[in-house]
Amino acid sequence: MNANPGEVTRVQELVYELKIDQVMTRDVISVTPDTTLGDLKELLRTKRISGVPVVQEGALVGMISIENVILALERGELAAPVGSRMTTDVVSVRAEDTVVSAVNLFARYGYGRFPVLDGKGALVGILTKGDIVRGMLKRMEVEWQAEELERYRASHIFEDIESDETGLILRYRVKRQDFIRAGEAASKIKRALERLGAHPRIIRRVAVASYEAETNLVIHSVGGEIIAEIHPDRIKLVAVDSGPGIADVQQALQAGYSTAPDWIRELGFGAGMGLSNIKACSDSMKLESELGVGTRLELTIKLQ
Amino acid sequence: MTLEEVLSVIDGKLLSPGADLAMEVGMACGADLMSDVLAFTHEGTLLLTGLTNPQVVRTAEMSGIAAVVFVRGKVPPAETLSLAQSTGIPLLASRLTMYETCGRLFRAGLPSCGMFELSTNSWQQAFGDDSEADAEQVHPS
Repeated sequence: MNANPGEVTRVQELVYELKIDQVMTRDVISVTPDTTLGDLKELLRTKRISGVPVVQEGALVGMISIENVILALERGELAAPVGSRMTTDVVSVRAEDTVVSAVNLFARYGYGRFPVLDGKGALVGILTKGDIVRGMLKRMEVEWQAEELERYRASHIFEDIESDETGLILRYRVKRQDFIRAGEAASKIKRALERLGAHPRIIRRVAVASYEAETNLVIHSVGGEIIAEIHPDRIKLVAVDSGPGIADVQQALQAGYSTAPDWIRELGFGAGMGLSNIKACSDSMKLESELGVGTRLELTIKLQ
Repeated sequence: MTLEEVLSVIDGKLLSPGADLAMEVGMACGADLMSDVLAFTHEGTLLLTGLTNPQVVRTAEMSGIAAVVFVRGKVPPAETLSLAQSTGIPLLASRLTMYETCGRLFRAGLPSCGMFELSTNSWQQAFGDDSEADAEQVHPS
């Protein structure tokens, strides 16, 4: 896929999906209004941070940052209490809001951090741009690992499960004359093989053979089943129906021989090519039929 | 040849909004018989057809057809469009006949899918084995 400028990227999606409380720092370092600017300077230096919320009796009363400390240093006011220099007009964010709302606030105010409040207005965390970047990277890594694991599991299913012979059986019921849905089973078999990591050329042969077999069931039978047995080294496809059966199997196998009605021919099928096409896709094929009983087509495609 | 070039050569229209017109097709097949499409194409083929039912898209999906051009000014029904949308196969339209649509693309350098075992076999049955020179070009199915 090409990344169009208008296309929403995974990062943009994450900004809308992630909540602030999923990325914020919970262990909030705070000061009280009577902390001196000198003590604040030491706190910012040792904790390597550039600003803190000011809390009094559990309630957020202001924000103070390194700029206030620099100003106090210039003026020799390090003994002054934080309460006399802090910003009291505080912009805060809510824990349950999405990260995108905070991204907008960072852009609008140019602040380095926002205090995070819960629904009752209590201080529960602090949010910096660094928190957002870290939170998103962590989430993307988790998703990537989950995706990789799923892909690995699907393609290694035969190695993970121990038995003398492991096989995966996919069974699809096919209704007579339901031409609109013809090909759904083949489509699902194709997707299963893609998930299992089969070679594209093998997938194409299986898809074509099962599609032809499926349309045969739709056109000619009273209804039946497509069964795909996937083994580590081969795929066995069985198309079985309960009637009406083929009068002359040898004749049916001849290329160009067809008993399909006109309406099927108008749809681009029924030219008598199906069975020879299936045979060309298979490593071995067997067709058995009895009039009034049913037909069974079995074919094998090797995976190596 | 890209789909964009295809559209310009056949003076056609794109039916799938948002399709990637930079997508490359390496060869083309003109057919109204879906079994022929299944038997005589390769992965990455451009299909030209006069049929517009949803099974055209199913057939394209199963045989790895890259994109479909409907010829003779035919516009597919909604079921066909929606199946194409869900399988991600771009649909194009040409007002020209099958012969002229194919002819223009061939002249512009888009090759055919080559020879196939199924057709050389039936040829040999009818006319005998006199095609040693062609045998090397035959693709296995």
